[in-house]
Amino acid sequence: MTSTLETPEQEATVSPPAPGRLSRLGDRWLAIGFISPAMLLLLAMSVFPLLWALYLSFTDYSAARDVPASFVGFDNYAEVLTSSQVRQRALTTLIYVVGAVGLQTVLGFSIAYLISRRTRGRGALTTMFLVPMMLSPIVVGLFWRFMLDTQFGVVNSLLGSLGLGQVEWLTQQRTAMLSLVVVDTWQWTPFIMLIALAGLTAVPKYLYEAAAIDRASEWFRFRYITLPLVWPLLLIAVMFRAIEAFRQFDTVYILTNGGPGVSTETLSFHVYKVAFLGFDTGTASAYGILMVLVVIVLAQFYLRYLNKLKEG
Amino acid sequence: MALSVDEAVPGPASDPTPHARRRTGGGSRARAVIEGGLLLLLAVAMLFPVLWMVETSIKDGRDVYAVPAQFIGFDATLDHYRDVFVKPGGGRSDLSVAFLNSVIVAGASTALATLLGVPAAWAYSRFTLKAKKDQLFFILSTRFMPPVVVVIPIFLMYRDLGLINTKLGLVLIYTAFNVPFTIWMMKGFIDEVPAEYEDAAMLDGYSRFQAFYKVTLPLLVPGIAATAVFALIFSWNEFVFAIFLTSSSDVRTAPPAIAGLIGGTTVDWGLVAASAVVFALPVLVFTYLVRKHLVAGVTLGAVRR
Repeated sequence: MTSTLETPEQEATVSPPAPGRLSRLGDRWLAIGFISPAMLLLLAMSVFPLLWALYLSFTDYSAARDVPASFVGFDNYAEVLTSSQVRQRALTTLIYVVGAVGLQTVLGFSIAYLISRRTRGRGALTTMFLVPMMLSPIVVGLFWRFMLDTQFGVVNSLLGSLGLGQVEWLTQQRTAMLSLVVVDTWQWTPFIMLIALAGLTAVPKYLYEAAAIDRASEWFRFRYITLPLVWPLLLIAVMFRAIEAFRQFDTVYILTNGGPGVSTETLSFHVYKVAFLGFDTGTASAYGILMVLVVIVLAQFYLRYLNKLKEG
Repeated sequence: MALSVDEAVPGPASDPTPHARRRTGGGSRARAVIEGGLLLLLAVAMLFPVLWMVETSIKDGRDVYAVPAQFIGFDATLDHYRDVFVKPGGGRSDLSVAFLNSVIVAGASTALATLLGVPAAWAYSRFTLKAKKDQLFFILSTRFMPPVVVVIPIFLMYRDLGLINTKLGLVLIYTAFNVPFTIWMMKGFIDEVPAEYEDAAMLDGYSRFQAFYKVTLPLLVPGIAATAVFALIFSWNEFVFAIFLTSSSDVRTAPPAIAGLIGGTTVDWGLVAASAVVFALPVLVFTYLVRKHLVAGVTLGAVRR
């Protein structure tokens, strides 16, 4: 590497300096030429559809009817915001997001902490823990659906051999939500673990050594050295997961299909029903735009914080 | 942020942590054993569903539904795997067509995203641009949109353009959600290559483009490979767009096809398990290949050293 680079550097003194202004103008065109194809694709596939949805959200358009849309002002937004159904879905989503992400954070951080304290077998252990995260939510959802089956599911079979009764995991209101949280936790605990582990391994060793010289207690080391240094990264992971859980659709679709009743219908699932089963495209668009606003707010927090972390 | 990604993820743990080494008494050894046992228990809990899926996929039809569940001593068979690829009456099964479609769609969208994303990432890394940070954040935030919401206007747009139920439509939308990831991930790799290399090459008579193409690009190959593998996994696993934008079995990718297996009144769970294993296997192999970049990969390139 170095040998190939020394030649031009040595020649630098002999060859004439690069034509400054011209190359800077060339750079400009090169930058535009390199960035604009990617930008155009994003504008066409992400921004334009959102603008279209924004337009539709002010109309009574339905994808099933062949009637031109007529303008209805803020009616759709009023309908969504005052709907008790939507409020219920928002609550369901909140329970799901807080429950799943909370559980993942506690579990993921604990596992990462335990792994970071080990001297041997760290690599193998980490790899084992990471498997669920990379699987498609479809595969995960299908498989848990099979394992949680009331009659021949392995979970009930194990409970049975422990002398416990059968549980209708996916067909009873309370356990259905619990199952959803458990499945999401099973899949995404590795995510939190991975990032927490990255933070834990980055804590400089000399800090622990200094603490040991001062005969600091283990709790003190954890509370005043480990936690403050890992916390920022952990928060990033939690925010990332919260956004993901908020927009999650696949797991609900496969595992419970929103049921029993509407007890596991999250906002993502409800908007799908309004748009693709009710064909109420205008209302669904308003609904969607409101969801996008929530995501934008969450994402702004995430990005601001990320930015701060990078500069700090 | 002094954070080494390489250290965080697998690879031999060569550095014993000092506080672990310091502990010598019998009490701390007992504690280490307890901690190790706890970890093992958690690892088993994490891996059990995967093992159960593999086991179910090789179980004979009746044993799949056995009550109580059979952990050992079942009749092993590869019939389910044959059913994944071959129709009962012979010929290619719908699932095998779906797998082929998945390969085409994931492959094409990854190639396109790499082609569009790498030059853009280079430009963002090397040039001072107006509102560069805002542009980069805008790019990443398009990736955070809820897919169920985006799919509504995309569906209408595709219906007008005749892209509904076509592989091209899927390729385009997958490219659009892989481009932000590619840009962020590659920008990290490109930032690690000193710009002075290009300056030196330009003094040697190369144009800026040639310097990128002949000096920087070869150094980026491992990074591009890792980024492409992640993009491949994302497209391969994607479900929401696939199920809403395609309907016929000759266009459908594997995730909706596998999900479709549980649509009927009776579900052949052996077949579901076998197809899930076939579907997940390449992902696990690829994940193993990019394990060093997992932290950056799963955070869409946002978190790195």
